[in-house]
Parts: sequence; structure tokens; C-alpha cells
Amino acid sequence: MTPLARKRLGKITLNAAGLLVFLIAIFPVYWMASTSFKANDQIFTTDFIPFPTHFTFEHVDRVLSEGVAGHSIWLYMRNSAIVAVGTVLIGAVFSLLAATAVARFRFKGRNTFLILLLIVQMIPSEALLIPLFLSVKRLGLYDQLAGLIVVNVGLTLPFGIWMLRTFVAAVPKSLEEAAWIDGAGRMTTFWKVLFPLVAPGLVATSIFSFITAWNELIFALVLMSGSEGYTMPVAMQYFFGQKGTDWGAIMASSTMMTIPVVVFFLLVQRRMVSGLVAGAVKG
Amino acid sequence: MTNTSTLARGGGQSATPRRPDSHRPARASGLPTWSVPYVLLIPGLLVIGALLLYPLFQVGIIAFQKVGLVQISGKKPATWVGWDNFTRIFDNEIFWSSLRNTLVFAVVTVSLTLIVGTAVGVLLNKLGRKMSTFVVVGIMFAWAVPPVAQGIIWKWLFDAEAGVINWALNLLPDWLSSLLFGRTDWTGQPWLNDAWSIYMVLIICVVWASFPFVAVSVLAGLKGIPAELYEAARVDGSSAWRTFRKITFPLLKPVFAVLTVLSIIWDFKVFAQLYVLMGGPSNREAFNLSIYSYAEAFRPPPKMGSGAAIALVLTAILLVVTAVYVRQLIKQEEM
Repeated sequence: MTPLARKRLGKITLNAAGLLVFLIAIFPVYWMASTSFKANDQIFTTDFIPFPTHFTFEHVDRVLSEGVAGHSIWLYMRNSAIVAVGTVLIGAVFSLLAATAVARFRFKGRNTFLILLLIVQMIPSEALLIPLFLSVKRLGLYDQLAGLIVVNVGLTLPFGIWMLRTFVAAVPKSLEEAAWIDGAGRMTTFWKVLFPLVAPGLVATSIFSFITAWNELIFALVLMSGSEGYTMPVAMQYFFGQKGTDWGAIMASSTMMTIPVVVFFLLVQRRMVSGLVAGAVKG
Repeated sequence: MTNTSTLARGGGQSATPRRPDSHRPARASGLPTWSVPYVLLIPGLLVIGALLLYPLFQVGIIAFQKVGLVQISGKKPATWVGWDNFTRIFDNEIFWSSLRNTLVFAVVTVSLTLIVGTAVGVLLNKLGRKMSTFVVVGIMFAWAVPPVAQGIIWKWLFDAEAGVINWALNLLPDWLSSLLFGRTDWTGQPWLNDAWSIYMVLIICVVWASFPFVAVSVLAGLKGIPAELYEAARVDGSSAWRTFRKITFPLLKPVFAVLTVLSIIWDFKVFAQLYVLMGGPSNREAFNLSIYSYAEAFRPPPKMGSGAAIALVLTAILLVVTAVYVRQLIKQEEM
């Protein structure tokens, strides 16, 4: 074999391997989405039906109208969105403040705080489940989305600060110094110089918090008693309690739960790649 | 007055010579400069203290108490029971099978995730730009699926009657199928009844969902390695495996350290996928410590004390296992 032919063969092998990885990664997701558009006779079969040949919205309609556990899927989607957005809004403010502190100031106790951030991320949420359940109950936040938001802020904040800190540190200090020299105050410098440059990082951090809160199952399982307060992950469990598993409805709902996360993921990916403030301080 | 024109011109290029830090303005907020970072940290510290550290302290207390229905409703104060909760769970064989399941699952899944993820990362680095982006977007989908949906998807793929996996196994030529597994017909094979096969599905599910993160991180790390090093290795006639061991691996060691810790943390306490795959905390043989703690504390009759004791054991294991890595991380991290 000539070296050129070998090189070409190597390239083909590599691309084939890449394609295989792609297919393995995407097939289960595709299978979920395609099942939600198949008619029941194409779902409950031992044959392999790669595409829904009788494309149907019946399952989507059913989960939107009848839903599960007595409510439409919309209600659970809404609850999940309220919890996730609430978590993000509070978390974004708190993590931006703390991240600015550790990335922009040298102060006594800074290293202790950073180590604390690392260590608290090791605490499994299962360990917090019981005491937080008892506290939430005592505070009268049981069965309320507000309680779930508070808990999710706690779960997402350490990682939020940890991640945002690197984004703040990536903004060159000389930019702020330039603003100071031009006479800008501390607040102005923060809002007009630092904030716009950290904003992409804040968005990325917020998306991670959103996804964590959106996906969270254990606390939602424990802190909500009435089905009006269920979030999507909890509501999904009720499909399996019914007689004869309704896979069409399950797949339609879990597709709906997955779509926002996938969209956000693809957004963050691009942002990570685009490389934040690269070139902002190039001479 | 604000003047951000220097920024618009490309920052830091001001004609004014840079002055030392002592010229920082201390006005606007009216706070002494030294106190600013502490003020900024207050909300974060409050959250971490109230929602993470204090509950961790409390779980340590509850583990030595009896907290049942009466105590939860506040009709009676929690009673102190000493080590009773621990001796009770240590006497229970479900605890030991949960512990075994937790450890075996974590070891297998963390290793598989890292191996598969690294292999895919190296592959992505070798692919052309377009193909690499294409594959990254594809694996992003697997990564993005919420844990509950992951469990649901794999439960469906491994469904006894209509699952794709049984269909695919039926495709195997009969002689091969009977040689390997001693059977040819897979229709009706209930994958999610026995503990061992639940964990097999769980491992596949979790590796599928977590290798993309490892792959993308390894890819990012590889992009940072100067091409000259590989050039030099090639000139010296180094084999692919040797190049990986002598150049790639040592340079990516910090990346691997972080990935290992994160994978351990995630895989030790896997909950949602297992909860879905076994259909709630029903199959006691398939419990891991997370589900066991949850089931003890929240399934009637609630035994919060034992639940807390189990959670404490899980936390202790996790902290010990990760402590080594955390120390390394703290050393490496330029804080």
C-alpha cells in the first residue's frame, strides 16, 4: 500500500469511528423522540420500526390534555420552569457578588472560602435531604415551589461561584484600571466594564444552574405533597404507576422535558467555544 | 463621569501611563476598601451556611436520634438513641448489599466513563474540523438528557416485550447467540427484575450520558498541547501508545484528576436513573446507599434517624475518597 493510500484509509477509519460514536450517542435520544410520534401499533411491537410511518400527535395531545396524576403536563412544565428560573435569578446575583469578591480582591480568608466551596460540593444532596425536609416543614414552606427554589439555590450556588470566578478572573484587570484612570467610580466600573464582559460567563453559569434545578428529582419528590406542585421529574414517575405502561405518552412527556435542556446545552457549547473575552486586551 | 472609550478602543491602550493600584477610587459605595469583598460574600456565605453546612451538622445529630412520624409532626421532641441507628443498619443485610452496589457501580462506571471518554476525546482531536464538530454536537445530545429521562429512555430500550435491545439480540445468528448466552430467543427477557441486570442497564445508561463530558474536556485539554511535542515524538519514531503515555497523559494529568473526582462524586450517589429503572424504591436487593437512605427516611413508616445514619455513611465515604483529589486540586489550582 502506498503511504497516500494508507493515509486515506486511516482517515476513513477515523471518520467511521466518529460516525459510530455519533450514532451511539444520538440513537437513544432519537428513539425517545420518534416513539412519541408513533402510533401504538408501531410502538408495541417486537419489530424494529426506524421511522414513524404513521406520524401521529395523539400522544402529545394526550399528555397535554389528560396528562398524568390528574393534571396536564403543562402544569408540571410550568412548575419546573418556575423553580428553575427562580433558582437562576437568585443564584445569578449571589454568585456574581461572591465571584467578584474572590476573583478581584485579595483578602484574609479568601483561600479558606475557596476550599470551603470545593468541600461543600462534595456533600451529597442525600445527606441534606432529611434536615432540609424537616426545616422546610417547620418554616411552612412544605408543598410550596418557594421551598424548592430555596433548596435549589443552595445546591447550585457553590458550583456557580466556582465557575463564575474563572470568568471574572479572565477579564483583564487593565480594563478596569483604565476606567478608574478615566475617573469612573467602583459601581460604574462594575456595571459598565466588568459586567458586560462577565455577562456571557454569567449566562453559561445560569444555564448550568437552570439545568440542575430543572432536572432535580429527590428534593422535588420529598418537598411536594400535592400533585399540583409536582415538577416534571416527579410527574414522570406517575406514568409507571398506571396499568400497562403507556410508552407513547411517556416518551412524548420526556421529550418535552428534554427539549429545553438540549437547547440550552447547545447554546452554552457555542459560548464556551467562542472564547469569552479573547482579544479584548490585544495591543 | 464614566468614560469607557478606552475600552472601545481596545482596552488598556490608554495614552495615560498606568498608575499603581493605590489610586483605586474608594468612593461611590462609601465602604472602606478592605470590607468590600466581605460584604460581597455575605449572601453566598449565608446560603452555604444555612442550606449546606448547618443541615450537614443537623444530619449528624439526627443520625443519633429517633425521628418518626410523631417527631416530624412536632408532637414529641426527637429522642436521643445513641448508636442505635447505626447498629440497626449495620445488622441489616440491605445495608451491606446497598454498600456493595454503590461501590461496585462507582468503580465500574467511573473507569468505563473515563476510558470511553478519553478514547472519544483523542478520536475527536484526530478528526477534521467539520467531522469533529458534528460528533461533538451528537454526543452533546446524550449529555444533555435529564437523568430522569435517561432512565426512562434506557428502560424503554431494555423493555422485555417491545425493547430494541431484545430485538437486536434476536438478530444475532442462532449459533452465536447460543454459544455466547446459551439461548436464541430474547423476546420477553425481563432486564429490570434482577439486581445484577438492573445495574448492567444502569452502568450502560450512566456511561452513555457521562462520557461526552469527559470527551469534550479531554479534547479541550489536547488542543492546549503544543503540536511540536507530537512532531518531535513522531520524528523520534514513538508509537501511538507510547506518545499517549509519555506526552498526552502527563500533560493532561490535571484534567484527569478533576474528571475523576467529578465522576466519583456523580456516580457514588446516582439516584434518579436508578429510581426510574427499578420503578421507585421497590427492589431492595438493587438499592444503593442513596436510595436506601431515601427509602428508610421517607417511606412509611418514616425512620429519619436510620436514613440520616445511612446518609452519613455515604457522605463519609465520599469525603474520604475525594479528599486526596481535593488536596491535589487545591495545590494545582492557582487560587
